[in-house]
Amino acid sequence: MNRQIQRIGAVFALLFVALLVNLTVIQVFQAPSIRARAGNSRVLLRDYQKKRGPIMVGTLPVAYSIPTTDQLKYLRLYGNGPMYASATGFFSMVYGATGLERIENDLLSGNDPRLFVNRLGQLIAGREPQGGTVVLTLNAKAQEVAFKALAGKVGAVAAIDPATGAILALVQSPSFDPALLSSHDPAAIRTYYDSLLKDPNQPLLNRPLVSVDPPGSTFKLVTLAAALESGNYTKDSLIPGPASLKLPQSTHVLHNWSGSPCGPNNKTTLANALNISCNTAFAWLGMQVGGDALRTQAEKFGFDSSFSVPMRTAISRFPATLDPPTTAMAAIGQFDDRATVLQMALVGAGIANGGVVMSPYLVREVRAPDLTILQSAQPTIFSRAMTAANAATELHMMQAVVDIGTGSNAQIRGAAIAGKTGTAQTGNAAPSVAWFVGIGSVDNPRVAVAVVIEDAGGQVEISGNRLAAPIARDVIKAILGL
Amino acid sequence: MKRSLSGGIPTRRNTELALLVLAVALGMLAYAQVSLATDGRLPHSFWIVGAGMGLLVLIAHITLRLRAPYADPILLPAVVLLNLLGLTMIHRLDIADAQRAVRNGTKPPALEVYAQLTWTTLAVFLFIAVVFVVRDHRRLQRFTYISMLLGIGLLLSPLTPGIGATINGATLWLRVAGFSFQPAELAKVMLTIFFAGYLVMKRDSLAIVRAKVLGVGIPRGRDLGPLVVIWFASLGTLFFEHDVGIAALFFGLFVALLYVATERRGWLVIGFIMFLLGGGLAYAAFGHVAVRFEIWWNPWAHQATTGYQLVQSLFALASGGLTGAGLGQGYPQLVPFAKSDFITAAIGEELGLTGLMAILVLYAIIVERGLRTAIASRDPFGTLLAAGLSFVTALQVFLVVGGVTRLIPLTGLTTPFLAAGGSSLIVNWMIIALLLRISDRNRRPQDIAKTPDESLTQVIRL
Repeated sequence: MNRQIQRIGAVFALLFVALLVNLTVIQVFQAPSIRARAGNSRVLLRDYQKKRGPIMVGTLPVAYSIPTTDQLKYLRLYGNGPMYASATGFFSMVYGATGLERIENDLLSGNDPRLFVNRLGQLIAGREPQGGTVVLTLNAKAQEVAFKALAGKVGAVAAIDPATGAILALVQSPSFDPALLSSHDPAAIRTYYDSLLKDPNQPLLNRPLVSVDPPGSTFKLVTLAAALESGNYTKDSLIPGPASLKLPQSTHVLHNWSGSPCGPNNKTTLANALNISCNTAFAWLGMQVGGDALRTQAEKFGFDSSFSVPMRTAISRFPATLDPPTTAMAAIGQFDDRATVLQMALVGAGIANGGVVMSPYLVREVRAPDLTILQSAQPTIFSRAMTAANAATELHMMQAVVDIGTGSNAQIRGAAIAGKTGTAQTGNAAPSVAWFVGIGSVDNPRVAVAVVIEDAGGQVEISGNRLAAPIARDVIKAILGL
Repeated sequence: MKRSLSGGIPTRRNTELALLVLAVALGMLAYAQVSLATDGRLPHSFWIVGAGMGLLVLIAHITLRLRAPYADPILLPAVVLLNLLGLTMIHRLDIADAQRAVRNGTKPPALEVYAQLTWTTLAVFLFIAVVFVVRDHRRLQRFTYISMLLGIGLLLSPLTPGIGATINGATLWLRVAGFSFQPAELAKVMLTIFFAGYLVMKRDSLAIVRAKVLGVGIPRGRDLGPLVVIWFASLGTLFFEHDVGIAALFFGLFVALLYVATERRGWLVIGFIMFLLGGGLAYAAFGHVAVRFEIWWNPWAHQATTGYQLVQSLFALASGGLTGAGLGQGYPQLVPFAKSDFITAAIGEELGLTGLMAILVLYAIIVERGLRTAIASRDPFGTLLAAGLSFVTALQVFLVVGGVTRLIPLTGLTTPFLAAGGSSLIVNWMIIALLLRISDRNRRPQDIAKTPDESLTQVIRL
């Protein structure tokens, strides 16, 4: 029996070694990645012990900490919390952190290695250690305008400086108040969080960055860019634009919204097709340039890529494989096309910036507690999507859309505005998503904005020009200072 | 006097005393550390726990000097240190609970460290009682079938309407007059006695080999009976009481003892196959087993719901790292059931990998001394009993620590000597008492006065 006991003893020795090895893996090798996971309130609790740095928009702190008398020494507060929630995210002792509060946590909490010298100084001076400052690219006026305009609707707005990629506006609706999640009352936090989870309109969803919708007619901007880049078309090219187009290899018949042809003899110029958002003309055009060329063009604008702004954005999709009928549908932003509102703003920004698409970013600079600048954003080129000449052509075609076409509600007195409407279907039912992509001004493009409205709160007619264009106009006005 | 009669075999009780002093000193140092790190001063409970444990340990030690002088000198100090570390951690979590009460403006909760100290006192007294009452472990063999009935009765008792209670989904508790008791813990000892006694009687017939496959002897079909009964009993426990740990513990114990008793590897093979079969069956048939498995497989996907406990445990372990946050300086209270089921995670956070390694080594020492006792036993019943008690302790430590650290799916077992809870503490101290009893018998010189013939034979043998 003794030999058997020794053998079983050896098995237990092996099992104990397995415990030790497993513990070593968890506590040493995997420890940093486990600690960094969302939901680890320890990191936050530790962070509550020192003054967390603010998140600033210009000189306005949108997230900041104040000292308290309770166990957690500092309380996180938010100025206009719901207005900036898409950018700041929240910082909660119960649910961890999201958004910039999460991604810039090391800096805000003062643990960033870049703050080392600073920390040393604080230690020697006997001052309490505190976190650094994050300064955003956002424009306070544009945020306010967009937030107010979206009130009561389900949708999102993103605006970009075409020349740099700096994000000027980032708003979601419905939104949430991060201050109610960062309080020191766990029960109240849970109650509020549960109510957010129960809301069918998903207030916690970061719509401008991660919600994707069919881009509808705003995708015609990409199709048009592909056509111009092919060298086979100019704005005056005459293309077929019948009232309805029977798609090859299928029984599907594509109709124009108006139910009539887009020009005399069922023909239209490219410029006119864009002005009136002619479905049949762009479907035909898409089939002519082909699915692969459309995809290449879409990817140059940022489709099929994820951006770190520094939050990671959802990937906007252009379908991977297409036959002629689905190519036709994809060319007018239907079928399986999906885009975030940030992505459609990037399309506008690329066109406005002479064809050069800049990588979008939200953090202008980060500063140490003593306000010395640790790092400034360096604008980087994402891609060259179009030649400068083609981009100029398309920009002027878009100006006509606002001046005399479907985007009339985006007009601003005294400024030349370019734009494109979109009204997409998410199913076979009535139109359900309204879009607008706008650029202002045409002479000196300082902003490209995209607006998406998924639900206007009871209004029956969903239309890009009616719902989305006025919001885009107001954001452009705010940024241009008009 | 005995010492001189026995030709000078040392009792090693002084070694034990020295180790006990070391264990109490180390434990109380940790206890003080907790208070100093959180409050900056020593609380009343430091003196009460220190004096109480010192006294208890002294009484236990004197009992061994009187009644089991040749017993193993390492077991008691190892157990005392574990018990004290458990008290320390419970004290640590008491402080966290008190702080939370202050923050929430609620009434401060009762100190659980006093409850645990009371249970420890009871456990040590029962330990002493076992050492006194069970003068010779071989007498226990007479109670083989009574132990079986008691063991099965205890296992089934939580199903009794009125006194049975379901806590956290497992029906493992008896609740009488405000006290909760986990009868499966006591069943552990009873069934080990039964297995040992039964296998001593049946080992010869169970060892008969029908055929050999790949060099492994396959037992006769009719001898499969007992194993099949235990298999069904384990699955029954799983089905009725919703506990994976108890079922795995008893089945594993029986298979290991069967192998030791019969010296046939075939039983291990058959046992392993039946274990896999039972596991598969339980996974497919019982929803709660599938849930446990799913949590183990991907806890992060369920971290807000069913996987919350395990994920919090992993956060605690990861935040402890190599050296730990330091006693009183982590957030072990964030892990649910940190005082009982997840005390390993709490220790892992504040004492780090280093501390957990030390604790696992302590368990390994206890198991090793137990197995040594089994091997040194002069009678087969003693061998099987000591082996069984060691196996069951080792298996329980593996199942619970493995579960909390996500090496294996989580089961509902307690961490011996560390976790808050009376039944587990009392029964594990009883196990140590039995092991000490057997080890004392092993080394005790034969009583010359009573059996002169035997001593003569020994002289000749020498």
